Amino acid sequence: MAGVGATMGRVRDRVEAGSSGMPFRVKLGLVYTGIAILLILVFFWFQFDIAFMREWGPFILGGIPLTLAICFGGIALAMVLALFGALGRLSKSAVARGIANFYVSFVRGTPLVVQILFIYFALPQLAFKPSSPTFLQTIFIFPVAFAAILALGINYGAYMTEIFRAGIQAVGGGQIEAAHALGMTDAQTTRRVVLPQAVRVIIPPTGNEFIAMLKDSALIGIAASGVELFGRAQNTGLGQNRPFEALALAAMVYWLLTSIFSFFQKRLENRISRGHVRIEGGGH
Amino acid sequence: MDPIIRVEDLEKHFGDLQVLRGVSLDVEPGEVIVIFGRSGSGKSTLLRCVNFLEEPTGGCIEVDGVRMEAARHVLRARREQVRQIRMKAGMVFQDFNLFPHLSVIENLIEAPCVVKKESKGEAREFGLQLLDKVGLAEKADEYPIRLSGGQKQRVAIARALCMRPKIMLFDEPTSALDPELVAEVLEVMRDLAKEGMTMMVVTHEMGFAREVASRMVFLHEGKVLEEGKPADLISGARDERTRRFLEAVL
Ligand SMILES: Nc1ncnc2c1ncn2[C@@H]1O[C@H](COP(=O)(O)OP(=O)(O)OP(=O)(O)O)[C@@H](O)[C@H]1O
Ligand SMILES: [Mg+2]
Repeated sequence: MAGVGATMGRVRDRVEAGSSGMPFRVKLGLVYTGIAILLILVFFWFQFDIAFMREWGPFILGGIPLTLAICFGGIALAMVLALFGALGRLSKSAVARGIANFYVSFVRGTPLVVQILFIYFALPQLAFKPSSPTFLQTIFIFPVAFAAILALGINYGAYMTEIFRAGIQAVGGGQIEAAHALGMTDAQTTRRVVLPQAVRVIIPPTGNEFIAMLKDSALIGIAASGVELFGRAQNTGLGQNRPFEALALAAMVYWLLTSIFSFFQKRLENRISRGHVRIEGGGH
Repeated sequence: MDPIIRVEDLEKHFGDLQVLRGVSLDVEPGEVIVIFGRSGSGKSTLLRCVNFLEEPTGGCIEVDGVRMEAARHVLRARREQVRQIRMKAGMVFQDFNLFPHLSVIENLIEAPCVVKKESKGEAREFGLQLLDKVGLAEKADEYPIRLSGGQKQRVAIARALCMRPKIMLFDEPTSALDPELVAEVLEVMRDLAKEGMTMMVVTHEMGFAREVASRMVFLHEGKVLEEGKPADLISGARDERTRRFLEAVL
């Protein structure tokens, strides 16, 4: 074993010596190319089924719009809930704070997959109880996309409550007093003074949450197969006995989507923080 | 003339700590009251009770005819009364508390537009007049972070004035400033006093007090220990503790 270690060490020395004139970016590029070649080899080894991809790829990819729609809907709902959750947790009212604390604690304390299945399967059961008013049947029975938005929105809203709370608390107490001293009500102060400043703090982490949600949205595939991206991949993969091809395709798409949104999220974050630096650095 | 501010037997507790122990003080329209005293004597608390940033725990406060007894519960009607008082009482803080996301002129017109529903144009016109008055007309579109401390405090004064208050409360308005910036703020306050604004000022700027104050109030451990005209008080305080404090700050 020691001999192998020594050999490896010598190889490493030689590689390092030989490439010392090479810029780091080029080295990095070579590593990436190596990984790509390895992956392609793996695909050949698995005898990646191109014909299957041609036939079923479009169906699987057809889940992308719904995955995106679910995530945009989910993050919108999550932001609304997080806003109320944060205001509730910071509120002087026992009712508001109690409800907000329960919401955050309960949702964070239960698995997302349970919440999804609960909303999709358990609520309809409630609607059909003999003692339930019939209108529940129109309220508690959701199309899967709607159930998905609800579940992801409620779940992420609870986590994002802390993000929103931090954003709101980042606004100095002196400003709030100044607003009050000028005759502004609590609501006016929140709307006109606190939230516009909190947004700066809130937006970048919210972008991260959206990216995480993109991946978590795959859990919807467990409740309803054949609808969004992962559900379709899972469905066809198992049905056609090509799980490797189907899941690899889905994984690639998630990776591509998260990479694209990460790119925009970074840019947004930089722009916001640059604005901050410029403004803060300009004083005196 | 009827006093415009009436403080009667004012008490304030923070939990077990009693900070104000029965303060009574009447302020006539146009008077400038300078409040001074040791750190922790309750000066800020007194000022903050006048516009109900702190709720008194005992006694009574009246501002321009709005009379408020201390109350255990702050109900809707009381909140509305408090807002009436705050609209009559401008306040200037030690650390300015400007809104950093708004430009100078936006800082000024925010409350008139949101609270009094004035039109933007109307508020802006008055705001620019005030900025001119505090010598910052050319800074209207600047953001607060780009201003010096003295400029910030002058903007804060203009912002309070933009609500057309009847009284102004100043809590150590020059304490956070570099020494060379103190004069420009005091200058604005002096002008304001000359125009007849009723002012309650917590400050240890004895030069300003001597020149501008109609009365000085020495607060000690939550009580008014001594009050009088600046000339009398500064040179001939009756109480030993007042004298000692004055020696220290002069
Ligand atoms: N919100 C609060 N909660 C608890 N105690 C407080 C609060 N505000 C003030 N106090 C206490 O009340 C006392 C008086 O405070 P206050 O700020 O009125 O003093 P001050 O005379 O303005 O002092 P300084 O010159 O330091 O500003 C201090 O002991 C202070 O710690
Ligand atoms: Mg103070």
